[in-house]
Amino acid sequence: MLSIKNLKAKIDNKEILKGINLEVKPGEVHAIMGPNGSGKSTLASVLTGREGYEVTGGEITYDGKNLLELSAEDRARAGIFLAFQYPVEIPGVSTTNFMKTAINEIRKSKGIAPMSAGEFLKRLKDKAALVELDVEMTKRYVNVGFSGGEKKRNEIFQMAMLEPRLGILDETDSGLDIDALRIVANGVNKLRNENNAFVVITHYQRLLDYIVPDFVHVLYKGKIVKSGGKELAYQLEEEGYDWIKEEQTVK
Amino acid sequence: MSEDIILDKIAGDYEWGFSTDIDMDTLPKGLNEDVVKFISKKKNDPTFMLEWRLKAYKHWLTLEEPQWANIHHPPIDYQDAIYYAAPRKENKLNSLEDLDPKIKETYEKLGIPLVEQQFLAGVAVDAVMDSVSVVTTYREKLSDLGIIFCSISEAIKEHPELVKKYLGSVVPYSDNFFAALNSAVFSDGSFVYIPKGVRCPMELSTYFRINAANTGQFERTLIIADEGAYVSYLEGCTAPMRDENQLHAAVVELIALDNAEIKYSTVQNWYPGDKNGKGGIYNFVTKRGICGENAKISWTQVETGSSITWKYPSVILKGDNSIGEFYSVALTNNYQQADTGTKMIHLGKNTKSRIVSKGISAGHSQNSYRGLVRVGKSADNARNYSQCDSLLMGDRCGAHTFPYFDIKNKNATVEHEATTSKIGEDIIFYCGQRGISEEDAVALIVNGYAKEVLNQLPMEFAVEAQKLLAISLEGSVG
Ligand SMILES: Nc1ncnc2c1ncn2[C@@H]1O[C@H](COP(=O)(O)OP(=O)(O)OP(=O)(O)O)[C@@H](O)[C@H]1O
Ligand SMILES: [Mg+2]
Repeated sequence: MLSIKNLKAKIDNKEILKGINLEVKPGEVHAIMGPNGSGKSTLASVLTGREGYEVTGGEITYDGKNLLELSAEDRARAGIFLAFQYPVEIPGVSTTNFMKTAINEIRKSKGIAPMSAGEFLKRLKDKAALVELDVEMTKRYVNVGFSGGEKKRNEIFQMAMLEPRLGILDETDSGLDIDALRIVANGVNKLRNENNAFVVITHYQRLLDYIVPDFVHVLYKGKIVKSGGKELAYQLEEEGYDWIKEEQTVK
Repeated sequence: MSEDIILDKIAGDYEWGFSTDIDMDTLPKGLNEDVVKFISKKKNDPTFMLEWRLKAYKHWLTLEEPQWANIHHPPIDYQDAIYYAAPRKENKLNSLEDLDPKIKETYEKLGIPLVEQQFLAGVAVDAVMDSVSVVTTYREKLSDLGIIFCSISEAIKEHPELVKKYLGSVVPYSDNFFAALNSAVFSDGSFVYIPKGVRCPMELSTYFRINAANTGQFERTLIIADEGAYVSYLEGCTAPMRDENQLHAAVVELIALDNAEIKYSTVQNWYPGDKNGKGGIYNFVTKRGICGENAKISWTQVETGSSITWKYPSVILKGDNSIGEFYSVALTNNYQQADTGTKMIHLGKNTKSRIVSKGISAGHSQNSYRGLVRVGKSADNARNYSQCDSLLMGDRCGAHTFPYFDIKNKNATVEHEATTSKIGEDIIFYCGQRGISEEDAVALIVNGYAKEVLNQLPMEFAVEAQKLLAISLEGSVG
């Protein structure tokens, strides 16, 4: 459902993505690992249509459509969700109101009537339970005054609420304590089905013990330089990135 | 003495220093004593009004335009303005097609019915508006209760004793430069009197009082709630008013006698100038109310228009146990400048005041809150709570807060809170990533932010004000 071919992108005239290739099929989980600054978040931003990035080459198709032609909100409405590495705070807007607006905007784009209050409330409770989030938290302004871990959990809660087809998790595990990590991972696992897919960006193999990936990719200097199964994550955990870097310099 | 005789008498004193005759509808540019006399004559003022205007004018000559506000504009040439024009006859549009398409677009977005659009735009619709009959019905109902609701010109003639007693009693002509100017040359405005113990059964609004809707530049409003009376008054409307006048200087005086309550709501959406800061209204307004014992005055304002706003609706808490409130949303975009806030003057014992100010700045605009809380020596147990929030859209605009405190009583409790938040590309993208368009995201955030103030407005007004905030901010981020 997602096909990235030789994607190149610049920011501030600096080439960050230097030819990415990635195929994601329904039901799959792909993990992307790689050293700091290798371009993982940049890839997530380009996929979700953030402004300021210039795509200089290659293509992205999503469900057969040219993704690059769609605005950020249209991509979201088409089922692409990003759990942000650094979630922002939105003063004056409760998470409940935020989710209600999001759900109804997405429905509107598909010509579906707004969700009834009852149905919304039920979903809110169910999904809060799924990620073990206190419903009281959803009454607070989006992420305002939340701890780092609470913000991450709130991202997964929003993902559960919106039921995306393609979920991209950008270092959702960073900043989570062990219990929260397990809860968040369980949440993702419960959302998994044969119709949706996940791209999980992480630095830690630990997360992949919970969310077991079908593929692991290593992003290095703007390119996917290695792909493998979940055993690749173990190898990286043990040996670090040096051997990959060496391989690259040899090439 | 009948009015006519009075008029004949004073008319004899006029010295027409210019060649135009009294039947003309528009004066040439410029301001001098003769202009003041001309206006007074045009309005058929009784002597006391003419005298008051002239005193105001003479005092104005001794004053300088205030320079302390955080606003910047080229010097205003007061001799380059026209001080009297009969209600916009020659400015009337023949049809809505002649109207600025931007204004028309806004009308449509606000969902304003066609006849009302024509009325707001100044298209000659005269008798076709349904509201005319509405007005009459209202008037009858109100007069049954002894409520007086008319233009200030009418009040000056029909109820001179009330006008004499209260006009200038809260905002004397000597108060400030713009108040003096207004007192000298005001052409019309609204007058409300609610008798003792009467609760006005409906929201009073200039909007319904059609004959005074085009009063233009120098509007004068006087509202008196007698002991134990209640009234809620709405000024303006949410659609942009087409207006060629650059300079506006209105004065509003509220008098809440013992146990009375006045709620005054404004939605100001005068022409704000274009994207590059060209054109737009300079709005210099003096609004003040005075409370008797146990009385309450509440100001609510949503200010989105004008290129310059200079406005500090204030309350003098003279009576013991009286309450003053100020709820404000001031939005500036492009090159607009607003310097607005309030003064709460605590004189009586156990007086309370509450200030909630929400500034929203976008584009290259500058938005300042300026507020004074003064507690006099005798104001035992006075309490004030102030909340001043600023919301910035993008990073080319400015928000400023100037709170002043002058506390002369040790038993006073004064609390002040202030926050600043910024809506940048990151928040807009975050919302977009959840499927919410920029336009909807801005509306969502701004309405959440302004909710406490909007909640003070009557229901239909609040809904329109909400839409107006969103429209005024279109395309302001990113
Ligand atoms: N606005 C910008 N201007 C210039 N360079 C930028 C900008 N944004 C990102 N970069 C650079 O792009 C590179 C890739 O950044 P990115 O955030 O994608 O890395 P990452 O792989 O997600 O790293 P981390 O593991 O630390 O999150 C970095 O070198 C970063 O400094
Ligand atoms: Mg990153």
